[in-house]
Amino acid sequence: MRPFRYEHAADRAQALQLANGPREATASAHITAPIQYLAGGTTLIDLMKLDVMRPEVLVDINALAGQHGAIRADASGLHLGALARMADAADDLVVRRDYPMIAQSLELAASPQLRNMASLGGNVLQRTRCNYFRDPSWTACNKRHPGSGCAAMDGVNRKLAVLGASDHCIANYPGDFGVALAALGATVDIEGAGGRRVLAFEDLHRLPGDTPHIETNLKPGELITGFTVPAGPWTRRSLYLKIRDRQSYEFALTSAAVALDVEGGVVREARIGLGGLAAKPWRSHEAEAALKGRPLDEAAAHAAADAALAKAAGHGEATFKIELGRRTLVRALLQAHAMEV
Amino acid sequence: MELTLNINGRDHRLSLDPRTTLLDALRDHLGLTGSKKGCDQGQCGACTVHVDGRRILACLTLAAAVQGRPVATVEGLAHGDKLHPMQAAFVEHDAFQCGYCTPGQLMSAVACVHEGHAHDRAAIREHMSGNLCRCGAYPKIVDAIEDAAPKMERG
Ligand SMILES: Cc1cc2nc3c(=O)[nH]c(=O)nc-3n(C[C@H](O)[C@H](O)[C@H](O)COP(=O)(O)OP(=O)(O)OC[C@H]3O[C@@H](n4cnc5c(N)ncnc54)[C@H](O)[C@@H]3O)c2cc1C
Ligand code: SF4
Ligand code: FES
Ligand code: FES
Repeated sequence: MRPFRYEHAADRAQALQLANGPREATASAHITAPIQYLAGGTTLIDLMKLDVMRPEVLVDINALAGQHGAIRADASGLHLGALARMADAADDLVVRRDYPMIAQSLELAASPQLRNMASLGGNVLQRTRCNYFRDPSWTACNKRHPGSGCAAMDGVNRKLAVLGASDHCIANYPGDFGVALAALGATVDIEGAGGRRVLAFEDLHRLPGDTPHIETNLKPGELITGFTVPAGPWTRRSLYLKIRDRQSYEFALTSAAVALDVEGGVVREARIGLGGLAAKPWRSHEAEAALKGRPLDEAAAHAAADAALAKAAGHGEATFKIELGRRTLVRALLQAHAMEV
Repeated sequence: MELTLNINGRDHRLSLDPRTTLLDALRDHLGLTGSKKGCDQGQCGACTVHVDGRRILACLTLAAAVQGRPVATVEGLAHGDKLHPMQAAFVEHDAFQCGYCTPGQLMSAVACVHEGHAHDRAAIREHMSGNLCRCGAYPKIVDAIEDAAPKMERG
């Protein structure tokens, strides 16, 4: 690991001050800026050991848990502090009852130890697990080195993206919780040197296009302080279905985040996200539209799944994930429909 | 940098490079080699310890980040010659072969019981999935935890 300076921030004001040095203004992306926030460290320390991330200063924000670590639900929705741990949100009784999709997306991720460490803010910023990205002995990776090429394109790419990829990068977004946030139309609270702003969670991550090294619309030095999941008649009838190579402690091959508002067997509204399959946390407005106003039966579920994967394109080994993705969504929809709420 | 780590109830003053992980601080600077380094990447659980009473991975934790917070390692489980009920159950049930994963399994198992996740075999398996065992002692590890859980609850 390369040397770095360790700084401890006592509160948000100090964190923002420590993380907004003179060079942040000219850094090309939040995630590669020379100063990085340290939350649970389960992405950052891992990638620093692998020499993939090379920050010069770490600003430890764990003391901000008092200010930005709460989990609270009210009539407007669910408010999740960025420093809340995955385990805390997964175990919260109100989250489990009223937003089961959120609880399951966290509970089915990583391991108990990692869920005790990892923060919700850091979780949404986790990096792809593309093998070539994680191993700098491969020179060709546009995400690590813009313009260097993409070793995965003709390499081992079984787990990579079939939705939203580009000719420059076919990496998939590996996280689960972000998919649930995208599906439920959450917003993200951001603080920066210039003040506070709120962004739709769907707009936090960018598609790779020809700049896969710029993963989010955060500006260098900006701090995520929390998320709000809006309340809605669909949040209780919701679930997160994750399909993996092994039963536990594994990233998704495919996953489906589904929430339904059903009245007399007919879908009034649906909220649908897909995980493992796409370049960023993916919401399928197409699948939602395909279900609206229809009785939820197998035919409707298949129609929604076809709509969700209509634009999917497989690169080599990952092609099987298109059909697996369809079947995952069909099963998730039928399971959500059968839920007793 | 100068820092104080509180390990198994005792304060230790150390002078460490900021890059030092909690795992390396324990093993290389404090001679506490019970916690094991398997993958060093958060993937195996051999380095599991407790911080503030919660199980975490010492290989992905910077020593600097746990200053002043209580850390518990496998060396602190037994009381003198008296094994912790979980250690006794592991011996009783033959819950290891080579023993390399065992300190991490023990720390994780104790936390699993405290969290209330040891109520049945399926829950134990799911909540112990962060601890890999190359020798495949899994069924006996589950036996040991099932046996130790009520004994721990009795104190
Ligand atoms: C073995 C293993 C298995 C895993 N399995 C899964 C899985 O199945 N599903 C899944 O979803 N995830 C999985 N993960 C990923 C894990 O969930 C993430 O690493 C974790 O959530 C990141 O959170 P953190 O607090 O540790 O982030 P950190 O590592 O501390 O930070 C990550 C990045 O975000 C930045 N950052 C952190 N907090 C903020 C903030 N508030 N504002 C702005 N920037 C911030 C940091 O500067 C850094 O660049 C796994 C990880 C490992 C190691
Ligand atoms: S898929 Fe993306 S992350 Fe993987 S090697 Fe290609 S450019 Fe790098
Ligand atoms: S050594 Fe820490 S998880 Fe493997
Ligand atoms: S006993 Fe050998 S690795 Fe578990």
